[in-house]
Amino acid sequence: MDKPRVKVPKKVKAGEPFEVKVLISHKMESGQRVDEATGQKIPRMIINRFEARLDGELVFSATLYPAVSANPYLAFHVVAEKSGELSFKWLDDSGDTATATAKVAVG
Amino acid sequence: MRMLPRPALVAGLLVAGIGWAVAGEWGAYEVDGRRSGYTYAAAETRAMQDDEFENAGLLWVEKGAELWSQADGAEGQSCQDCHGDATESMRGVGARYPVYAEERGKLINIEQRINQCRSERMQAEPWRWESEPLLALTTYVRHQSHGMAVSPVIDGPAAPFFEQGKTFYTTRRGQLDLACVHCHEMNSGNMLRAQRLSQGMSNGFPTYRLKWQGVGSLHRRIRGCNEDVRAEPYAPGSDEYVNVELYLAWRARGLPVETPAVRN
Repeated sequence: MDKPRVKVPKKVKAGEPFEVKVLISHKMESGQRVDEATGQKIPRMIINRFEARLDGELVFSATLYPAVSANPYLAFHVVAEKSGELSFKWLDDSGDTATATAKVAVG
Repeated sequence: MRMLPRPALVAGLLVAGIGWAVAGEWGAYEVDGRRSGYTYAAAETRAMQDDEFENAGLLWVEKGAELWSQADGAEGQSCQDCHGDATESMRGVGARYPVYAEERGKLINIEQRINQCRSERMQAEPWRWESEPLLALTTYVRHQSHGMAVSPVIDGPAAPFFEQGKTFYTTRRGQLDLACVHCHEMNSGNMLRAQRLSQGMSNGFPTYRLKWQGVGSLHRRIRGCNEDVRAEPYAPGSDEYVNVELYLAWRARGLPVETPAVRN
């Protein structure tokens, strides 16, 4: 999988929700299309799981299904009490993973 | 809808709660009545294009930036080795192309220039049309002119090719017997089934199209249009399409380069 894009505010306030945006390039092949040349079904190949952890603790996760478009974009809110590191993980049907990290600075 | 007088149509849309800005409210996206496809896009689509993060076309820009500095081919050279920093050396290229190329005796567009560099300077395999690396690097190069006014040169040696492009644009084709001009000039703003016909401006290409779920070239879009009127499309990169690309750039003159635009 390609390198994801991640956006976290530069500074956040303790105990206040802040928005995290993530975007990754992926074809999200639904498994419902047919290859016109061969008549064969194109096998499903989607990102089926996304997880965000703050210092190892799961703070957000999503299970994705074939109706999600290519290049999935997710935005969600996280609360942090102290500075730390957010780590993100995408997992697709082939078992391939992509990861990214971002610093969270509480101040 | 076509039979409604214009003010009634606008009023109807406003009543329906659909924002439809009146002429003159589009800022840089409208020049002397020439309107970017941006002004025909839904508010959500425009928001996606404007947001530096949400605009998925920027994924291609980032890939292009990587390719720019990656050595390839027998010469072991990258684009950067000759052209340096793309943010400086490529600025303006996307506003000017396609241009007349002396050595070819015809026009050349950005995709073709990239492949010419690859095969002649880098001794690398030229990239297949519409392949991911060619799209990414083209998008990256044209993105360097983001916000600059489209300003092609149509006189001098380019003039005959411009005329051929204009002829292409106004020639009826396909079983539906339609020319580009019938939809994009005589009927722009009207509905074509569920879609609003734009003026067919090329200033946002390569474009992230929601229908494609990815970035595609202008030639891919023209092929789609040709197929829609049930005509046999030309090959991407054909002289016919490069000539009409110049004519389209002239039609979009003064509009800002939006690459990568987001459209439905």
